[in-house]
Amino acid sequence: MSLLVKSILRFTLFILIQAFVLDKILLHKLVTPNLYFLFLLWLPFRINRTLLMLIGFLLGFTLDSFHHQPGFHTAACVLVAYLRPFLVNVFIPQKGAEANFESPSARSMGGLLPYMMFAAILTLFHHAWLFLLEAWQFGGFWYFIFKTLLSTLISLGLILITELIVVRKQKFLTNTV
Amino acid sequence: MRNIFLFIRRYFNLLVFLLFQALSIYLIVSYSKFHHAMFGHSANIVTGGVNKKYNNIQSYFQLKSSNDSLLKANEYLYNQLQAGSNDPDSIINKTLYPVKGDSTSTPRGFQYLGAKVVANSTAAQNNYVVLYGNNVSEFNTPMAVVDPNNNVVGSIREVSGNYAVVMSLLHKDSRLSAKLLKTGETGTMTWEGNQPNIFSLAGIPKDVKLTKGDSVITSGFSTTFPKGLLLGRIESVQKDPSSNSLKVSVRSACNFYNLQYAYAIFNPQKATIDKLLEKNKVKSD
Repeated sequence: MSLLVKSILRFTLFILIQAFVLDKILLHKLVTPNLYFLFLLWLPFRINRTLLMLIGFLLGFTLDSFHHQPGFHTAACVLVAYLRPFLVNVFIPQKGAEANFESPSARSMGGLLPYMMFAAILTLFHHAWLFLLEAWQFGGFWYFIFKTLLSTLISLGLILITELIVVRKQKFLTNTV
Repeated sequence: MRNIFLFIRRYFNLLVFLLFQALSIYLIVSYSKFHHAMFGHSANIVTGGVNKKYNNIQSYFQLKSSNDSLLKANEYLYNQLQAGSNDPDSIINKTLYPVKGDSTSTPRGFQYLGAKVVANSTAAQNNYVVLYGNNVSEFNTPMAVVDPNNNVVGSIREVSGNYAVVMSLLHKDSRLSAKLLKTGETGTMTWEGNQPNIFSLAGIPKDVKLTKGDSVITSGFSTTFPKGLLLGRIESVQKDPSSNSLKVSVRSACNFYNLQYAYAIFNPQKATIDKLLEKNKVKSD
């Protein structure tokens, strides 16, 4: 399957799961599980940074359309897309590893721990920015802090489960670097 | 000049990032303005279609509760029909037809238009309900929306095609003129965003005696909401020492979790009243 077809399928699936499964679950007012932005983490290493941000914008806007309030998830996704290349540079084990593998995963980042750290930081930024924009309208400092931390924890658990369930074939691209 | 180009090339990604962030925040701030644009409309039709498909399946799981609520609504209506029918004094039957006179010319009060709820949220800070039906294209903003038992759900924010987006009472912008059924004081009902189904009612003077369970109804001061729709029942009353009024929390009568059907309420006199108000405004300026 070509990368484009695969990405379109993933995009649709992530949006549908987020809008019709995760957003329908009422755990607690402080806990809103988010999984859809994992799509951005799974995009290939060699994607253009501007294109990555554009995809982030589209992803957020699509989910916002289901919530009838544009802007919140859009802003958070653009932030994730902007920060991802920096974090890839920090967590990649040795220089050139991004040439050997297609996209970020536990294998290409040298173990589950670095990969989950990478995911955790992006999840934290995503939730903090999302709930900060909400808190800016609703107020409440401790509400914002607790909501960010608890939602990040739950979302990370979901990401871990998804990583364990979904097997992504990681082709070893080259050995030359 | 060369330096400017160099700067743009160097910080191109940061500039794109800031541009996208600015665009998102613009979307948040100018939601209503933006949403009337074409783009929002078409996005609405796409998400509405997906929501309808989802609801087709999901509604089966709530058949029992929606049947129960219809039964309750019917019971109320049958009781109204039967009220006083055995009474020899026919004057009591008047309660059914409060507007008397020439039946060909008297304008009817309010008209109820039914629709299906295809999407509904309660977990967010700003919640919306989406209605679908063949007559929904005739709806306009802001029409009141009630559930089958005549409890207020919200008001219509936007209509496109056969879909209408309703701003639920569970929304930070929702403000309703409310009234105590027993004593008649009016106040403003808002949602503070903490707890679904709990609203706060402001502007009730301190000397009013309130008890838990008192009914709060719509005041009928707006042209959107007819008078006397049940909003909720008083949950708790607190004295606020810093102000002249009570802090009242109200438990909503409408169960936002399992909405299946809803009615939009059309007020035929709205145009006339609005025109009058507009005229007065021009005069007073």
